[in-house]
Amino acid sequence: MDNFWTLIWPILLIAIQSLVLMAALLVFVAFILLADRKIWAAVQLRRGPNVVGPFGLLQSFADLLKFVFKEPVIPSGANKGVFLLAPFVSVLLALAAWAVIPLNEGWAIADLNVGILFIFAVSSLGVYGVIMGGWASNSKYPFLGALRSAAQMVSYEVSIGFVIICVLLCVGSLNLSDIVRAQDKGIGLFGWFWLPLFPVFVIFFISALAETNRPPFDLPEAESELVAGFMVEYSSTPYMMFMLAEYVAIMTMCALTVILFLGGWLPPFPFAPFTWVPGVIWFVLKLTLVFFMFAMVKAFVPRYRYDQLMRLGWKVFLPISLAMVVVVASVLQFTGWAP
Amino acid sequence: MLAGLFFYLFASVLVASAVMVIAARNPVHSVLFLILAFVNASGLFVLMGAEFLAMILVVVYVGAVAVLFLFVVMMLDVDFVELRQGFLQYLPVGALVGLVVLAELFMVIGAWTLGGAAPKTITAPIPLDVTNAEALGRVLYTQYVYFFQLSGLVLLVAMIGAIVLTLSHRKGVKRQDPAAQSARTPETAIEVVKVKTGEGV
Repeated sequence: MDNFWTLIWPILLIAIQSLVLMAALLVFVAFILLADRKIWAAVQLRRGPNVVGPFGLLQSFADLLKFVFKEPVIPSGANKGVFLLAPFVSVLLALAAWAVIPLNEGWAIADLNVGILFIFAVSSLGVYGVIMGGWASNSKYPFLGALRSAAQMVSYEVSIGFVIICVLLCVGSLNLSDIVRAQDKGIGLFGWFWLPLFPVFVIFFISALAETNRPPFDLPEAESELVAGFMVEYSSTPYMMFMLAEYVAIMTMCALTVILFLGGWLPPFPFAPFTWVPGVIWFVLKLTLVFFMFAMVKAFVPRYRYDQLMRLGWKVFLPISLAMVVVVASVLQFTGWAP
Repeated sequence: MLAGLFFYLFASVLVASAVMVIAARNPVHSVLFLILAFVNASGLFVLMGAEFLAMILVVVYVGAVAVLFLFVVMMLDVDFVELRQGFLQYLPVGALVGLVVLAELFMVIGAWTLGGAAPKTITAPIPLDVTNAEALGRVLYTQYVYFFQLSGLVLLVAMIGAIVLTLSHRKGVKRQDPAAQSARTPETAIEVVKVKTGEGV
């Protein structure tokens, strides 16, 4: 019996940790969704959701109930298995990335040595949910949306990869916790990577918008031309799962921005009142700040045309990020700062 | 014990999905099973301690190559009745290729287990104190740097070849020139004309 527990306990512990993280993440996503709508409304001088609960705080939960109690309609021409698998794949992959994200010193479910590669791999798999959904609907608009999405995500992954390489050159490790620790230079927020690597920080932020299909790069679901893109045929719970996966993926990208450029759980000033605050609170605050920037971009930047989007990815970001890899590597090599 | 459990999980799903790749009637299902097979193979890599390889397999093959592959299959209108008719015709060639691959596999495994030259080719075992990525980098950029550069060059040539083959400049197509657009000033874009009342321009 003793033997059995020593075998089962680590798995059970991981399961409990994952459940707690997932519950916290989903509740956070519910409020982030509301914040997104509120910020959008505020920019357009509207009130936004304000009926359910105080200030509309419970709006997301009301929406959840509405989606769950509706009837899922499956088109008769659809490939049923793949059609229903697609939203599950999306949610699963979006949540899986959070297994390696360190919320605080040592607060990661799996502190992998190749953590950043894991996130990169999982987020590159995210495109399958979209393609499967678009293809299985057996309809024109969803398929066009899926085509656009795949081309877009593959294009912007390239520049995200080079940006990550720039950061990794400064750190010398693929471990996410090591990346945060490398930014602890004793000078607070001026030691974080956003300052020395400012050009790639900007590229990363814009590529993250494109990678998560956020406006102004939301061509896969451009409602003026494709109705709702790859989600046209989805209704009720499967539709909600797509939306959930989208917002969790946005959170992942925000968390990655925080870890790579904004010092993760580190306080912005390395002295007394700031160091008393637990690291996880700093992490969440920075996450919210980055998401605020995401939401503001959605509110006031018009949507790109598709060829402009591709041009930005391949002709602007790719050469700049490639050049930055060379510049960063040579600076580190010739000044002897390389770790 | 736990690693063994996961090995059998990954291995059995890998073999099952590999069988489904050729058994599935719908080609899109085949590609999806192929992707499942890739992901499980990367799981096996992780169990063997080759975590860097595992992640690269997912990023490169599943994240990029298989997406394009999936699109080709989705866009093509494959007629299965026609494909099945050629089945018997191609069976001998296919069986021959399969046999050759099987024989080669046996030779590799035989050389590995029966001793001999194979273990001696492991020139640089991974030191215990460095991570996977670091160990790979140490041999890739020192001992094998020429081969590494050469393979990069081969890929570059293939890329240029693909671009040359598919690129066609059509005449008479209006293109947007963002640099020229940004360089426009009121002087170059606007002309102020005094129009007399009742005469027009």
